[in-house]
Amino acid sequence: MSEKRRPRLAVWKFASCDGCQLSLLDCEDELLAVADAVEIAYFPEASRTMAKGPYDLSVVEGSITTSHDAERIRRVRRQSRYLVTIGACATAGGIQALRNFADVQEFVAAVYASPQYIKTLATSTPISAHVRVDFELHGCPINKAQLLEVISAFLAGRKLAISGHSVCVDCKLHGSVCVMVQGTPCLGPVTHAGCGALCPSFRRGCYGCFGPMERPNTAALAVEWRKLGATPRDIWRVFRTFNAAAEPFRKESEGHGE
Amino acid sequence: MANKTIRVDYIARVEGEGALDLRIRDGRVTSARLKIFEPPRLFEALLRGRGFAEAPDITARICGICPVAYQMSAVHAMEDALGVKVAGPLRGLRRLLYCGEWIESHALHVVMLHAPDFLGYPDAIQMAREHGDAVRRGLALKKTGNGLMRILGGREIHPVNVRVGGFYRTPSRAELAFLTDDLKRARDLAVETVRWVARFPFPNFERDYEFVALRHPDEYPFNEGRIVSSRGLDILAREYEAEFEERHVAYSTALQSVLKRRGSYLVGPMARYNLNFDHLPSHVQTLAHEVGLGPECRNPFQSVIVRAIEVVYACDEALRIIGAYQEPDMPAAPLEPRAGIGRACTEAPRGILYHRYQLNDDGSILEARIVPPTSQNQLSMEEDLCEVASRSLDLADDALRDRCEQTIRNYDPCISCSCHFLKLAVDRS
Repeated sequence: MSEKRRPRLAVWKFASCDGCQLSLLDCEDELLAVADAVEIAYFPEASRTMAKGPYDLSVVEGSITTSHDAERIRRVRRQSRYLVTIGACATAGGIQALRNFADVQEFVAAVYASPQYIKTLATSTPISAHVRVDFELHGCPINKAQLLEVISAFLAGRKLAISGHSVCVDCKLHGSVCVMVQGTPCLGPVTHAGCGALCPSFRRGCYGCFGPMERPNTAALAVEWRKLGATPRDIWRVFRTFNAAAEPFRKESEGHGE
Repeated sequence: MANKTIRVDYIARVEGEGALDLRIRDGRVTSARLKIFEPPRLFEALLRGRGFAEAPDITARICGICPVAYQMSAVHAMEDALGVKVAGPLRGLRRLLYCGEWIESHALHVVMLHAPDFLGYPDAIQMAREHGDAVRRGLALKKTGNGLMRILGGREIHPVNVRVGGFYRTPSRAELAFLTDDLKRARDLAVETVRWVARFPFPNFERDYEFVALRHPDEYPFNEGRIVSSRGLDILAREYEAEFEERHVAYSTALQSVLKRRGSYLVGPMARYNLNFDHLPSHVQTLAHEVGLGPECRNPFQSVIVRAIEVVYACDEALRIIGAYQEPDMPAAPLEPRAGIGRACTEAPRGILYHRYQLNDDGSILEARIVPPTSQNQLSMEEDLCEVASRSLDLADDALRDRCEQTIRNYDPCISCSCHFLKLAVDRS
């Protein structure tokens, strides 16, 4: 009896911290089952076997910050039936996209003694700015249960069960007491759900690591933040973090002082 | 003997992107280079202008495998700048969080990334077909470490609960007690893992390293201690930059951290173990003796045993902290922004991690300096490569390449961490 061909999975890294691809290895209870169900063809963080494409599904972590990587992502796309990006770096440029608002040469000179050796682009951009992306999974880091859902859904050809509502909805579902009501500024009303509304459960305001929800009203939230005593600089800072280059957050940050 | 260049284009089973080049001329290794092509992310530049309170969350994003290390060095450095000392249960909780990170990071490396080298598999998934119990043990350990980080930090990657001064919310005794049974089981699994890895075939290789680690008067080090070395260095974190510097080497653009007076040194589990063996509980010392490890270990391939022993220690220490825990009155010490400079060193799973921040009077960061363990070990890694390869020239190219890769993996290098650690190798032959 011939064994059914297993779908081929590839995991790629661009500019990032490795945390989102680590999420796959963090699926301690499911990892061996995943490895049975799919052929892990390319995943250098986990294996020396680096099989050539084509791949059924490429999972891409990290942002594009060098011209070499801008070329490399095109090659990845050509070899991949589906391409899914994971995490704030891949979907929005990540924290390293703060260079987009500055002079990158000055940034390089602040870190390296011989900046002339460092070749880097002026911007950090999401994968979708370079190639077609089939799905973007948000989070800094992503939620590992959602990663398993994305892999299963794509390989089974079924619809994804991941919605675009805000962190606020998750807080209500958990029955968490609203931290804003208690005077703590929170980005929950404009932030994409997925973390499980973690920060409010630790009595902390959400800091937006999952990026903007669909159609967020950031301006209205900024007004509420001011009422709670946040300064324009506080508002600027919180929108300029891990998803600083995501359009709604970028735009809102520009209305507030540095 | 022929001239040849052995090259590994992408070192697998390490965190981040690196390659290595080994040049052999007339039967002699003429150069061994670890090339890092990880794109720079410029953290020290983007931290300028941010608030002191943002540093733990921002610097966590340097590394998804050891975010707690970044959070810990950041909070201690900021507290140094602000003149605050965190003590009592909050101090215990910080150690506890670090236990979780050591357990998950070491279990990942020992079982999933390093063990396949010794047993001849491309990865742990292939290895699981014949060593299923060992792999499942490793995954269970990793899950315990991650579980501890989730209870205390909210999640295992980039925890949300750490703040300068303490935590946002401290756990109840019951929440921590919930971890006890799991940690006890994990401790037994860790002991089995020590015995398993100690039976691996180890190349007969030792080097006379200068080990550098923290040393605390009474504890195996996590968050606090003087920076000491096996050749007599004994300084405070605030003296770090007087003794260590990051240098450009002539043949490349690397930033390599060196001891100004003596050059290369080694940080990480082997250094901690050699400099703090006396602070391991006696039953952990007995276990080490039982598997053939004395109070000194200079064989970098045996670092896999030392890491496994540190997992046993971290499980024990976590149980001790949980047993003694009393809920604090306040989750964090109060802080007032002020101008100043703060420095701190803590023990990341891979070795000492140094942070320095200069703050202005409103607590904004004027300057940041971060020296991760992997850039401190880089020179030592290259020296190991040179030595290992020189003694292994009779091996076929493939076997030599494997041995070189394994030599790098001995260090559990964390290349994304080394955000300003970049080397572009040029082979001009």
